Amino acid sequence: MATTKAKRATVTSPAIDRETKLALYAQVVRLRRFEERAYRLFLEGLVKGTSHLSLGQEAIAAGFAEAMRTDDYTFCTYRGHAHTLARGTSMEGVMAELLGRANGVCGGKGGSMHLTSVEHYAMGSYAIIGAHLPIAAGAAWSAVLRGTEQATVCFFGDGTTNIGAFHEALNFAAVWKLPVVFVCENNLWMEYTPIDSVTAVPHPAADRAAAYGLERIIVDGNDPDAVHLEALRALERARAGEGPSLIECLTYRHGGHSRADPGDYRPKEQVEEWLARDPMPMYRQRLLDEGVEASVLDDIEAAAMAEVDAATEGARNGPVPAIESAYTDVWADGGWAWRN
Amino acid sequence: MAELITYREAVARAIAQEMRRDESVVFLGEDVAAAGGVFKATKGLLEEFGPVRVRDTPISEEAILGAAMGAAMTGIRPIAEIMFSDFLATCWDLVSVEMAKTRYMTGGQTSLPLVIRTANGAGLRFGAQHSQSVENWAMMIPGLKVVAPSNPADLIGLFAASVRDDNPVVFFEQKSLYPVKGEVPDGELVTELGRAAVLRQGSDVTIAALAAMVPRALEAAERLQAERGISAEVIDLRTLIPLDARTVLESVTRTKRFVTVEENPRVLGWGAELVSIVAEEAFWDLDAPVTRVTTPHVPLPSSDALEDEVLPSVARIVETVAKVVG
Repeated sequence: MATTKAKRATVTSPAIDRETKLALYAQVVRLRRFEERAYRLFLEGLVKGTSHLSLGQEAIAAGFAEAMRTDDYTFCTYRGHAHTLARGTSMEGVMAELLGRANGVCGGKGGSMHLTSVEHYAMGSYAIIGAHLPIAAGAAWSAVLRGTEQATVCFFGDGTTNIGAFHEALNFAAVWKLPVVFVCENNLWMEYTPIDSVTAVPHPAADRAAAYGLERIIVDGNDPDAVHLEALRALERARAGEGPSLIECLTYRHGGHSRADPGDYRPKEQVEEWLARDPMPMYRQRLLDEGVEASVLDDIEAAAMAEVDAATEGARNGPVPAIESAYTDVWADGGWAWRN
Repeated sequence: MAELITYREAVARAIAQEMRRDESVVFLGEDVAAAGGVFKATKGLLEEFGPVRVRDTPISEEAILGAAMGAAMTGIRPIAEIMFSDFLATCWDLVSVEMAKTRYMTGGQTSLPLVIRTANGAGLRFGAQHSQSVENWAMMIPGLKVVAPSNPADLIGLFAASVRDDNPVVFFEQKSLYPVKGEVPDGELVTELGRAAVLRQGSDVTIAALAAMVPRALEAAERLQAERGISAEVIDLRTLIPLDARTVLESVTRTKRFVTVEENPRVLGWGAELVSIVAEEAFWDLDAPVTRVTTPHVPLPSSDALEDEVLPSVARIVETVAKVVG
């Protein structure tokens, strides 16, 4: 399995305290339960359009979010429910956005693929592959200009590594030494095509790092601790003025590319192998082995379910957007006028 | 007091005016800093404002515009240069799909106070890939403001308004105008976006033009008066979005005839939208068919003889307008 090559957290990294580990577990569980509920609401016909779930990939969102400063920026893709939630965005606001309701984080005008919560520094979910890498570099540049020591974290999939914007952004961020962490979530599948069948190197992100003078970093993306430690290292480098990082997290999506895709093109053995490495039960077991009481973990799980239930209720009961809102916020003055 | 300066000099003066006023204004692009721009329009800015605020980039148009967008949404007011407007095609996702839509699809959470300035248009014999007039590409995307000045004073004033605007603005500089001089008043200039300028009053026909077509339309109007006794009103649209349709409609209501002069290839140039507005809203005032003078629907050739053939010439404007007036 590819993860055997994964670079583990270095021995010099600080140990993760119990409080942080519980926070990591709580994030993984609430992201998991949210995505499961989103899928159910899709089957009920309540989630319109499309959506791309992070089921199986939650450890990456959790590991980074728990490492970031409150005012660090997140940029993510259309597979962005987990990353937006992990920054503290209201779960009801995210669920309501999926349902196209007025109490959604974007007032129902963004949808699943464009979740944004600027007040939580979740600067948007971008649905064009690669587009947000240069934008994230720009936010990082802005932090340098303003002298705020904010870092920017930019998440994307393995397929992104073959588009031009990836390479433009990596070179640009490296040559300008920008405080941005590029995080490739390599789930082995581009969309419906195995990433290794369309990429010239085995590790689509890490094997390109040298071209931009960056360290080759591969991490087990299903291990919240490993991701968290690598995130801390990269964020420290960014804040120290040492420039960007490119981190390849190996992971697997439990479902298909988007909600209409059952993912049955994937070999059964591969799916089984990765389901056996499901980050949620794996991490629970690790915490139990480390002496955390089962009741503490049970409470975390119950709280996650309660949060998802409340969010679902709030979203279901949310009002439909006022029709006039289709004509707002094209321009900064709030309107849409293009002529007099 | 006023000073005679070139359109090229107006660019650096406009950028400097805004960078002196507001520390959050920064400028980036290919060869813009140390080299002063391929058209030498940004000379002196690096020296005055330093390498933090005036910065050379790699040949990476997506990175340039992505950097501008990410900076704009986090408290900076960037000016980004795309060397030739033809190159907008290499980063059109950033312009049309990201910048234009972000405020709307986030429910108003994000603001993008940025300007993309770019050398647009023909006249320098650069051939098909460095001469296009692409202002209509930007005009058709909801969420972008589109500006195209025809003279140095407007360039400075409209540029200042663009920098101060909280929306993404695509600012088209017509590259054949760079050496052209015009009078510029002293002091700070700011010209409101969305206000056309009536540059010549007339009673027989209204001519709407943009950028390099404005001086040609004015020359045609003089010849129409001198040679044929036709009184043409000439309107410089100055901005396409917001579009000052009122000024055009008010004029057409008086002159009863309407002609556009467009550098862009024929199909769906900006004049098509304006003609459709006039046809819908001033139809009963018209005494003649609304008519467009454009570059024919061909790519631009390089040879001077061929480029001169396809671009709207003063002679073609004169003949077309004379026919419309009858």
